[in-house]
Amino acid sequence: MNEAWLIVMLAALVISAALVVMMRDLLKACIGLALVSGILAVVMYMLGAHLAAVFELSVCAGLITVIFVSTISMTKVLTKQEAEERERKRRKRFRYLPIALLLVLALCLSVLLPFLNGPLTRLLPVLDPESAGKEMIWNLRQTDLLAQICIVLVGVYGVLIFFKKEGAEK
Amino acid sequence: MPILFLGIPLLAVVVLNLYTWIDRRSAFFAALIASLCQLVLAAYAVVRCFTTGEAMTSTFFGTVTVDLISAVVLFMIAMICCVTLLVAEELVKSHRFTFGGTMLLLMMGMNGIVMVRDLFSLYAFIEVTGASSFLLIAINRKRDELEGAFKYFLMSALATAMMLGGLTFLFLLVGDTSFEAVASYLQTRGGEHPTLVTAALVLYTSAIAIKSGAVPFHSWVPDAHSSAPSPVSVVLAGIVIKVSGVYSMIRLYRDVFGFDPRLGQVMLILGLASVIIGALGALGQNDLKRMLAFSSVSQIGYIVLGASTGSAIGFVGAMMHFFNHATFKSLLFVDAAAILHETHTRNMDEMGGLAERMPITGVTSVIGLLSMAGIPPLSGFWSKLLIVIALWQISPWVALAALVSSVLTLTYFLVLQKKVFYGKLNEKLAHVTECRGRLRFVELTLAAVNVLAGLVFPVLLMLLRGNGML
Amino acid sequence: MTSVFALFLTAAALLVTTAVYSLIITRNLMRILLSLEIITKAVSLMMICVGYVTDQMAAAQSYAITIIIIEVMLLVVSVGIVFGVYRQNGHLNTDDLNNLKG
Repeated sequence: MNEAWLIVMLAALVISAALVVMMRDLLKACIGLALVSGILAVVMYMLGAHLAAVFELSVCAGLITVIFVSTISMTKVLTKQEAEERERKRRKRFRYLPIALLLVLALCLSVLLPFLNGPLTRLLPVLDPESAGKEMIWNLRQTDLLAQICIVLVGVYGVLIFFKKEGAEK
Repeated sequence: MPILFLGIPLLAVVVLNLYTWIDRRSAFFAALIASLCQLVLAAYAVVRCFTTGEAMTSTFFGTVTVDLISAVVLFMIAMICCVTLLVAEELVKSHRFTFGGTMLLLMMGMNGIVMVRDLFSLYAFIEVTGASSFLLIAINRKRDELEGAFKYFLMSALATAMMLGGLTFLFLLVGDTSFEAVASYLQTRGGEHPTLVTAALVLYTSAIAIKSGAVPFHSWVPDAHSSAPSPVSVVLAGIVIKVSGVYSMIRLYRDVFGFDPRLGQVMLILGLASVIIGALGALGQNDLKRMLAFSSVSQIGYIVLGASTGSAIGFVGAMMHFFNHATFKSLLFVDAAAILHETHTRNMDEMGGLAERMPITGVTSVIGLLSMAGIPPLSGFWSKLLIVIALWQISPWVALAALVSSVLTLTYFLVLQKKVFYGKLNEKLAHVTECRGRLRFVELTLAAVNVLAGLVFPVLLMLLRGNGML
Repeated sequence: MTSVFALFLTAAALLVTTAVYSLIITRNLMRILLSLEIITKAVSLMMICVGYVTDQMAAAQSYAITIIIIEVMLLVVSVGIVFGVYRQNGHLNTDDLNNLKG
């Protein structure tokens, strides 16, 4: 793996996240979030987490964008003028973000790096990621699977509760 | 066997979905039967763990373990869920399908938190519990409910993100996330990377402080608990914040991170601040449910104080207060639900003289509040006594502060009693009558549990002493 | 090997800074959800990086997938709450979310 490419991708990730946060139009911001997810998926792929990359790409970049966009299209109320007025004020409030980012970057580079130079060791034996991925999920992390089933059911009930029509269940 | 505690609610949800189109009333019964099953099973587990002194583990579909603490907490979960379902007549009517199912999922999430022995699974089940409680808070989609739910969601999302951050650090060091592996790593080689370990501990501690509503992060507790529908407040205040916050704190600091004096000091400060600020906040409230929610913050502070001492007495006191708070706080919220149902107001200034109209509610609330203030024969006395003794060994000043805030508890109790139950009857409330049968039954049962626990606790303490646990 | 971890930790810290900054100044409920999404992204980035550094990619992947699923379902629930708020208030501004105080 090429480390230079990794650094480029990480920089792109941070910059696109900052742009998403600053974006004027909420709809475009959500599509920008999909871009962030896409870059994250590429980073995951570069590190060898192929399965997780597929999930990130399909679920986060796909499904979450759909949820966001549909909600925004359902809730649009501001007129264009109002929106522009409000967004102009918004833009001003972001002027400290680059400074904050630079500060954190400097802090990380100066403080974190020296601390992390000890050797890192582990208890478990090393597994081969390709073959062990499925086995890990289905055989070793079954409690997590139960939790996943449970939270999917919670999501279903959430849709039933929040998106039913007013007075439908009477 | 422990897997049954996850299996039964899941099965009940499936059955509920299959049969609701035949008979919509079955949602309520499926949930009630599941929680009754859990009540019986958990009672069996408590007895078995106490007599054999061993933990039960099942590896059928995922590894889950039940030891004595887990069994007691499982029993409490089942009890409070039963109470909630019995109280929730109106909600069951208007949300036949969704309410029962969400309650079951909430129960399953809490059972998961109690039984897992893995940091990541703990995170996953905390999210399940959180998500289903947002649904329950906002189930009527009223304005205040939605606001409370969103505030809870925001704080909870930050808390779980912090928890995951801490988890990644531990995963980096250990290469595994099971409690055993992390604990053995921290014991044997915890000094190798002190910065990362400290960072993980700080992240976990703040996440858990948010989840349990300890003081600097308590703002969501009154909002979410007072705006939720009354039966949901019972389950939230009675068990949810304790399982997702305090229980995971006790579990993590006992079994995983190990007790550390520095950590103890941080928890001592958090606990003391919660005790005092919660009580002061409760004094300033006009809204009945908000007052009870602030007093939850204060009582949670006592549990944190007990756990922060790190001694066996403090720990037993914390667990007892855990149990007591579950019973008396749900009793008080059931009383609040009864009052709210009859008078249609939460404002205490509009009430007055309700004791003659609602004698059972009045008497049971006196029992609950006396127990909360720690008046001798009732259950709250014993747990507070143990906590104060444990604190005395650390520092007499803190013990004194805890005692003084007990007086504050008594003060807001008197304010509540005077405003709600005594004084002149408000003319508007002349038509008020005692609450309906089911609520009355629940109130009397919980009050009886409070009184009986007060009688049983001394015996239990002797037994624990004989067992060498104290 | 450790430098890779420091690199990712820096990136994650920058993402979290961005999100928290936006969380503090924003007044729009949807933008709050957006910022929380970015925090979750930072966490899954860290998770995968740790899996890479410790050679535990299988476990890290399964964690990341669980995180993604939980994230989506929580998003569904929270979007439901936001939608309900919108139905009650007619807009998505947080300034009106102050009924509960004291």
